[in-house]
Amino acid sequence: MTYFPDEVVEHIFDFLSSHRDRNNVSTVCKAWYLVEQLSRLRVFVGNCYAVRPERVMARFPGMKCLTVKGKPHFADFNLVPHDWGGDALPWIETAARCCPGLEELRLKRMVVSDESLELLARAFPNFKSLVLISCEGFSTDGLAEIATHCRGLRELDLQENEVEDHGRQWLSCFPDSCTSLVSLNFACLKGEVNTSALERLVARCQNLRCLKLNRAISIESLIKILARAPNLVELGTGSFTADHRTEAYQNLLNAFYKCNSIRNLSGFWDAAPRYLQAIYSICSSLTVLNLSYAPAIQVNDLIKMIRHCFKLQKLWVLDSIGDKGLAAVACACKELQELRVFPSDVYGTGIAAVTEEGLVAISSGCPKLNSLLYFCHQMTNAALITVAKNCPHFTRFRLCILDPVKPDPISNEPLDEGFGAIVKSCKDLKRLSLSGLLTDKVFLYIGMYASRLEMLSIAFAGESDKGMVYVLNGCKNLKKLEIRDSPFGDAALLENVGKYETMRSLWMSSCDVTQGGCKALAAKMPRLNVEVINEREESDEMVENPSDMHRVEKMYVYRTLTGPRDDAPDFVWTF
Amino acid sequence: MSPPLEHDYIGLSELHSPAAVAVAVGAAEDGALNLKETELRLGLPGSELPDRNDLVGSLSLGLLPKPLVSGAKRGFSDAIDGAGKWRLAAVGGRSEVDAGKGGALFSPKGENCDGQLPALGNAGKGKDAVAKATEHERKAAGQVGIANGNERGVAPAAKAQVVGWPPIRNYRKNSMATNPPKNKEDADGKQGSACLYVKVSMDGAPYLRKVDLKMYKNYKEFSLALEEMFSGFTIGQCDSHGIPGLCDGLADSKLTDLLSGSEYALTYEDKDGDWMLVGDVPWEMFTDSCRRLRIMKGSDAIGLAPRAMEKCKNHN
Repeated sequence: MTYFPDEVVEHIFDFLSSHRDRNNVSTVCKAWYLVEQLSRLRVFVGNCYAVRPERVMARFPGMKCLTVKGKPHFADFNLVPHDWGGDALPWIETAARCCPGLEELRLKRMVVSDESLELLARAFPNFKSLVLISCEGFSTDGLAEIATHCRGLRELDLQENEVEDHGRQWLSCFPDSCTSLVSLNFACLKGEVNTSALERLVARCQNLRCLKLNRAISIESLIKILARAPNLVELGTGSFTADHRTEAYQNLLNAFYKCNSIRNLSGFWDAAPRYLQAIYSICSSLTVLNLSYAPAIQVNDLIKMIRHCFKLQKLWVLDSIGDKGLAAVACACKELQELRVFPSDVYGTGIAAVTEEGLVAISSGCPKLNSLLYFCHQMTNAALITVAKNCPHFTRFRLCILDPVKPDPISNEPLDEGFGAIVKSCKDLKRLSLSGLLTDKVFLYIGMYASRLEMLSIAFAGESDKGMVYVLNGCKNLKKLEIRDSPFGDAALLENVGKYETMRSLWMSSCDVTQGGCKALAAKMPRLNVEVINEREESDEMVENPSDMHRVEKMYVYRTLTGPRDDAPDFVWTF
Repeated sequence: MSPPLEHDYIGLSELHSPAAVAVAVGAAEDGALNLKETELRLGLPGSELPDRNDLVGSLSLGLLPKPLVSGAKRGFSDAIDGAGKWRLAAVGGRSEVDAGKGGALFSPKGENCDGQLPALGNAGKGKDAVAKATEHERKAAGQVGIANGNERGVAPAAKAQVVGWPPIRNYRKNSMATNPPKNKEDADGKQGSACLYVKVSMDGAPYLRKVDLKMYKNYKEFSLALEEMFSGFTIGQCDSHGIPGLCDGLADSKLTDLLSGSEYALTYEDKDGDWMLVGDVPWEMFTDSCRRLRIMKGSDAIGLAPRAMEKCKNHN
């Protein structure tokens, strides 16, 4: 057998970019394990409770970039209690001790305190990049720490976090010596920032390529900022509104005219139509456009703008775009790969804005479409079958019909056949979210055809345990299964217990799983944490000793090397 | 961090899960439930409570293939935070919830619900009804103090929402529901559902005023208020030019008289940024789309006012 020296093996491993590939090569033999272990720079931990930070850092002492995810996905929709867990501090503390060379940290759905941010800012001299997605627990004080102490910071990317506003001075904390920023995204901050400090910061960071402003930034400030950063590639525009003076429009037009490099636009929180015209000059080079926070933009202005965006690959809009607007997108954006249509009325009521027609139009006009998130009021099997035929390349398909158990309005049938067509046609489908009226049949199709499926979200679907069993037995690459309000019980849960060790996690809420079922699962599979989340009023005596017959409201099961976690709050029981 | 607030309401949580009835009874999660909740019933959702019968037609759940057990198996716990903030009641608030708003379950089809829930059918007014209903809810549940309600965008009690549905991230919900904390207040009309302040400028006046459009029910009241506000600036022009019986909404208003008799025209800027003449559209539509007002005078106005007169004449 050919023998390569370690350096050669390591060099070969450098070409492996995915975690999975690296995980796989490390299992080939001990020699490869050692080489891989010492050379891995980017570490991904999909569930912060699956493994202890110490163990991760002992295995990968050369770690430069760490990604950790905390709460289960349904936490996004208020299904996970506020203090369930996902604290980032243990990870940061351990990294400070064991991997002080850390350069990048990416956290998603975790609780990050100001204390954690302060530690992060002071403990890692080479720290370059902080990305926080859907996190909470920190304030602008923590951001001030980062700004003050992270010399050489390149990236501060805050995406959709809940940040407490303790004042506007954090931005001024970037020292005058800070010139290294490449990416700054504070769009999710609610409060005002010191705009002159921002302008000076932008002016001295000549490498700045991504800047996403928050809603408090007006057009007047935007104009000044753009003047100092004409090389931006990604821009979040701030509120995009001003007093109605014509000079603002002209200055804006000029400012955008000079920004030839912008490829990614977002923001437009309060955009008035007259200002939208100022960006037409850059529309034709845009590849990413996010208008999903811009309810003020009317359909006709949207269509006028979209017509210029023929290179667009990613589009996020509100459903006020309507089927008519989507037809315009289908005509203009032939390169479109990802489309997300969000409800403009976030409480899911109101007048139907997009229907299956819009989706069909997109599918026939945009053959490269591979990622979809679509909130609509109705869907038909026929439409889904057409979409499946037109776009066989879907990797992510998430459909949310706002009325949770709505059937095909034309045939009154469940949507089993439609989704069945999707999974049959889209062989590379990795992520699927179902909605509408669905029986067990759709799960039979999923189990049969969705062999590459990794994440499945089920809500208000199915008729019996068989549905869940089809999925567990069929989808061999399934990693995350999340189910709510569906009639799956203990029999389904216990049918294929070994499966859960091949998956990252299983979430079931408002289903028919009982306490006894959870206990049984935990007993059979010691390397799973079976967490039952009980939220009760204090006065409820049932809390003390619920019987095994008692139905469990929320259950979260995940494989782990650590056993029950020690930071579980009172209302979380691990069996 | 104060957690976002969302409430699990009557609605799907009790309707979807075909749990064994025994379990349903056993799981009296939230303590005090009224007997209605714990009553065992089998039937299609929406059919169990007499005061909801009129909504059955508007529920798409009527098409479910099997009967689902209703009943109290689900509490109305605030799923977000275990520290038990106020919850919609099982505590007896449910009937008030229904009575107060005719609790719409999933009312996704605006057109279906319009007949029964005029206040809720229109998405643009959803928030108003929401706030008012929320007020009822608070009284009903007998609890107070939703922390940071404005910050977080209070969930619409009126629509009997299921927790976490539709699956939209909190961040997005909050962004769409709240106002930006700007210093300069543009009259974007999204100030929250309780009031709708817009700027009113009058040509030649040294300063502007602000009015709350929600305080008035029709053009007549509104124009009276405006007239009072701006009477100081129109001395000598508002007295005798009255043309009585001109047209319905504006007929008796002195402002109309003022406008038709003089060189003023009342205009407003709508959501699209266009300047429109006040009075063309129904009052509700006007309040929805009005961002600011301007009382134009002089040569600008002359072309506008006569049209208003003609239009009014046609109504007679």
